[in-house]
Amino acid sequence: MTNGTAIVVGASHAGAQLAASLRQEGWDGEVVLLGDEATLPYQRPPLSKAYLAGKSTLQELTIRKAEFYAKQQIQLVDARVESIDRARGRVVLEGGRTLPYDKLALCTGGRARRLTIPGADLSGVHYLRTFADVEQIRESSQLGRRAVIIGGGYIGLETAASLHALGLDVTVVEAAERVLERVTALEVSAFYERIHRDAGVTIHTGAVVEALSGEDRVRGVRLADGDELAADLVIVGIGIEPNTELAAAAGLLVDDGVVIDDHARTSDHDIVAAGDCASHLMGRYGRRIRLESVPSAGEQAKVAAATLCGNDRTIRALPWFWSDQYEVKLQIAGLNTGYDEVVLSGDPISDRDFSCFYLRAGELIAADCVNRPRDFVFSKRTIAQGLPVDRAELLTAGAT
Amino acid sequence: MGVVTFVSHDGEKHEAPLDEGQSLMQIAVDNMVPGIDGDCGGEAACGTCHVIVDAHWSDTVGLSEPVEEEMLSMNPERQPTSRLSCQMRVSQEWDGLIVQLPEFQM
Ligand SMILES: Cc1cc2nc3c(=O)[nH]c(=O)nc-3n(C[C@H](O)[C@H](O)[C@H](O)COP(=O)(O)OP(=O)(O)OC[C@H]3O[C@@H](n4cnc5c(N)ncnc54)[C@H](O)[C@@H]3O)c2cc1C
Repeated sequence: MTNGTAIVVGASHAGAQLAASLRQEGWDGEVVLLGDEATLPYQRPPLSKAYLAGKSTLQELTIRKAEFYAKQQIQLVDARVESIDRARGRVVLEGGRTLPYDKLALCTGGRARRLTIPGADLSGVHYLRTFADVEQIRESSQLGRRAVIIGGGYIGLETAASLHALGLDVTVVEAAERVLERVTALEVSAFYERIHRDAGVTIHTGAVVEALSGEDRVRGVRLADGDELAADLVIVGIGIEPNTELAAAAGLLVDDGVVIDDHARTSDHDIVAAGDCASHLMGRYGRRIRLESVPSAGEQAKVAAATLCGNDRTIRALPWFWSDQYEVKLQIAGLNTGYDEVVLSGDPISDRDFSCFYLRAGELIAADCVNRPRDFVFSKRTIAQGLPVDRAELLTAGAT
Repeated sequence: MGVVTFVSHDGEKHEAPLDEGQSLMQIAVDNMVPGIDGDCGGEAACGTCHVIVDAHWSDTVGLSEPVEEEMLSMNPERQPTSRLSCQMRVSQEWDGLIVQLPEFQM
């Protein structure tokens, strides 16, 4: 007996892993991987890091070579899915073609949130989500040297460092009082502002962008306080919106992301979801969270594939992230939401390596480790296993 | 083309063709070797591609580099010949290489 046809919508980190894992978990029917980017599935993180800085090639970005999909009998199809017809068990592609499925996986990820201020549609205004976006940024950066980045989150800051490495004059504009405000402690934000300023990048915090000016191409960025920053290109990094429209239109439960359970099942048990588009009630945190990270997309995809094959696996890994800026590698273990105390190891004011440990009621819940892989490994294990720590131990964890 | 063998913690063997110039992690991923995740795509940032090189092969492939050491030193399954496979650039002389996988990746 065969399993029938599994269709995976979205061919990036989650979709590519899910298709591969279906084979690993024993799916013996057809596997169709539908994507709309006209490339083999590729790694997104380097887009703002090594790849943007010109230090790696598209080939190095590819997650797996074309032969892999052929050998595993995974049909890669370049097509956009327009809708899901759950009653008939089929997806409708752009152009009207339909494909029947026995099981369906939604790995539609997210898209860059758009600016909606005047001038946002001028040419020279870019987003950074896809390989195609990077190509456009590259072209624009040939036309002028002044880059303004709107948004001081990880992607904005990484983009700043990479464009700086390419020799551009870079300014970062952040509406909040500090960069990375939503995700890190004060000390970590201050550290990143320092290293960017030391490198020669200008950072404006508490700066709200009111409009983009220019005739046809963008020429300036106007702030709410009346200041105008000259710009030859603008890159907007203000977060993503999950691609949940397909799921919502098909009547699946959506709450920020497509709602999934511990087995990655949506409210229709023939349909799983994974990655940036999915919202999972995380037992560890007692609430629904839509994570935006490669490791989480990978784990959810593996669990989803197991579920479709009738094997019992659950989503449970500790979230973790990383960020590269200049020669500084940040590794983050856990989510720091609700911390009531910070313990610093090392000196973020003058050094280039330190760790910021987040505690809640004396328990370690997260750590930002800057050029401190040992602290990261220690923290990830301690938090994942819920091991007790004392403060002295935190200060020596990363010592050689 | 040569072969490399990945031996899982429970003794199961997975052979994969040696693809010169690739990282050992990429070879594992391309051949769906279970137990090698390579979450960070080869940046030595995640520690999910840990392998333990068969003692006979250690001289040929070399010991861990400092970047790997940083990630491996706190790992309870760490062995003297442990490596992060993303940092191992495969060469033709490695034909027949055997590596063990730990029970858990980071
Ligand atoms: C510049 C940048 C840097 C990042 N850095 C890091 C990092 O350092 N570490 C980290 O962990 N994460 C990082 N991330 C986040 C990470 O890339 C995402 O978490 C990851 O890509 C999620 O994978 P996904 O497959 O769920 O979604 P996506 O990568 O968004 O992929 C979804 C795919 O589905 C396609 N699709 C959508 N709708 C349809 C449809 N209807 N039909 C067909 N195809 C469709 C999309 O075009 C896309 O190709 C970064 C992201 C960006 C943009």
